[in-house]
Amino acid sequence: METKNLSLAYDRETIIQQLSLSIVTGEITTLVGPNGCGKSTLLRGLARLLKPKAGEVLLDGKAIHALPTKQLAKQLGILPQGPTAPEGLTVYELVAQGRYPHQGFFQQWSPEDEETTREAIAITNMVELADRPLDTLSGGQRQRAWIAMTLAQKTPILLLDEPTTFLDIGYQLEVMELIERLNRERQMTILLVLHDLNQAARYSQRMVVLNQGRIVADGTPGAVLTKELLANVFKVQANIVIDPDSGSPVCLPYRTAVPTPHSNGANGHKK
Amino acid sequence: MQTNEFPKPNWIALRPRFLPFSARVDRRVPAVFLVLCAVLLLVLVLSVSYGAYKIALLDVLRAAVGLETSDPNHALVVRSFRLPRILLALLIGMALAASGAIIQGLTRNDLADPGLLGINSGAGVAVVGYITFAAMPNDALLPWLALAGALGASAVIYLLAWKGGVSSLRLILVGVGLASLGGALISYFITRLTLENAQRAYAWLTGSVYASTWPEVRLMALWLLVLLPLAFLFARQLNLFNLGDDIATSLGTRVEQHRLTLIALSAALAAITVTVAGTIAFVGFVAPHIARRLVGPTHEGLLISTVFVGGLLLVVADLVARWVIAPGELPLGVTTAVIGAPYFAYLLYKRGR
Repeated sequence: METKNLSLAYDRETIIQQLSLSIVTGEITTLVGPNGCGKSTLLRGLARLLKPKAGEVLLDGKAIHALPTKQLAKQLGILPQGPTAPEGLTVYELVAQGRYPHQGFFQQWSPEDEETTREAIAITNMVELADRPLDTLSGGQRQRAWIAMTLAQKTPILLLDEPTTFLDIGYQLEVMELIERLNRERQMTILLVLHDLNQAARYSQRMVVLNQGRIVADGTPGAVLTKELLANVFKVQANIVIDPDSGSPVCLPYRTAVPTPHSNGANGHKK
Repeated sequence: MQTNEFPKPNWIALRPRFLPFSARVDRRVPAVFLVLCAVLLLVLVLSVSYGAYKIALLDVLRAAVGLETSDPNHALVVRSFRLPRILLALLIGMALAASGAIIQGLTRNDLADPGLLGINSGAGVAVVGYITFAAMPNDALLPWLALAGALGASAVIYLLAWKGGVSSLRLILVGVGLASLGGALISYFITRLTLENAQRAYAWLTGSVYASTWPEVRLMALWLLVLLPLAFLFARQLNLFNLGDDIATSLGTRVEQHRLTLIALSAALAAITVTVAGTIAFVGFVAPHIARRLVGPTHEGLLISTVFVGGLLLVVADLVARWVIAPGELPLGVTTAVIGAPYFAYLLYKRGR
């Protein structure tokens, strides 16, 4: 999956400009960047929830906006930020709705639909909670239920927009570990938008940093997460240490950075 | 992977062997359906037996199926006067309820009702405007004007809400705005009417099944036979709209196309009721609420239950309308408003806490 000179805009305001990015199959890639940098917008563009102003998004060489939406839904699972479900909807019913792209106008519930729904519930550890209404679950359980819905779609690619936001730290890790497991056990290609740089560094093979609608750094967490980048893009002074457990870099910000006159965001961290 | 026992899914799969069709409905649906049908049948019989001319329950059944009863008048009263109006009330209730369930699902707003699509105000403006400005108003034209006004208003609301797509919120805002504009227009028209014509306009506006005929019943039944199965086939899309436009898109619905289809279905269901009975408020709003309590929020079961709840509600309302000030009778639209308005207030109260 890749973008070619993609520009995205809301009304007249251009958020993403001429961006080219290609997502490596089988990897967890994370988009990070300061508020308003366009990372969620980019994800929406990749998910065909936003039409490109210019350029295109390609999946296996074909422009996704030209593909029949149902066909695309078999390739690409998407979880937008903060989804809401109607009152009383059970986990079972929510997950079952992920089968939509595999159903026909008259064939609306096949034995295979039933099987895949169970499988998605099992892999997200939601079995005991399957018959519970969503509104009775904790934030982490609810998020897992939504991920299960996208899994029922049976897509090789999964796009997740800030799946851990508003969750307690324990639930955050639960969700991140699930994502890691999906990548490892099912070879799913996963693209995430994350707020937490350390989580991004810990769980992804590749980090892409956006600032003002452009890519300013792209590479392994170790290559991307540097003092200079944190100062220039996130405007913080930070120490970088290596987590002895996972070997991934961890940033420890300690004060806001005074912007230096010659730092203009892009600073040679491109791959 | 866990090996724990799965709880039973809260649906049952419908896969008839002789049809290329499969679906799932909430497992409460069969029981709810049977109970609703039984209660409905009971109320229907009671309703037919009740009136200035009382008929024993057994005689109602005999007369309805064409058997002889002790009194030859029974057949006339049952089959020519009471059955058509009661069946019409039933069918109107069904249509309005289905229309309401669709628009509530589509807008993700359970305070929505078919009035949001301009059905009532559109039909009202057309009919009252015609009575006001025509030199010699012809009553036979009213149903057609109502239909044109209702569907016209829906189309205008849809087009005004369009901005590269129709969002639920814009649809609601435009709908509410146009409804109050319509109400204002109707009030203005009425101030210009003669007393006799004003009465005529009011009688139409309040909605009534008084003096209904079999052709009207047949027309309604025919429409429902077409529109209701169609609505049922779109239940899954309604479920997805309930999760928001983004999720619906990412799961592969053609959102705008399906939204237009569903709005058209909802508008058509409500508009045909307006042509036979004028505007009847609150059934389309209340029935889906009750149905949701019975079978949950998934639309396959919800639509089926809503239809029967709506039918039952309107048959009861019609019975009440004939009973409270007997031997006179209240317009049906007034009765439903008396029943529905407190429920609306209750919902707002419950939410405010």
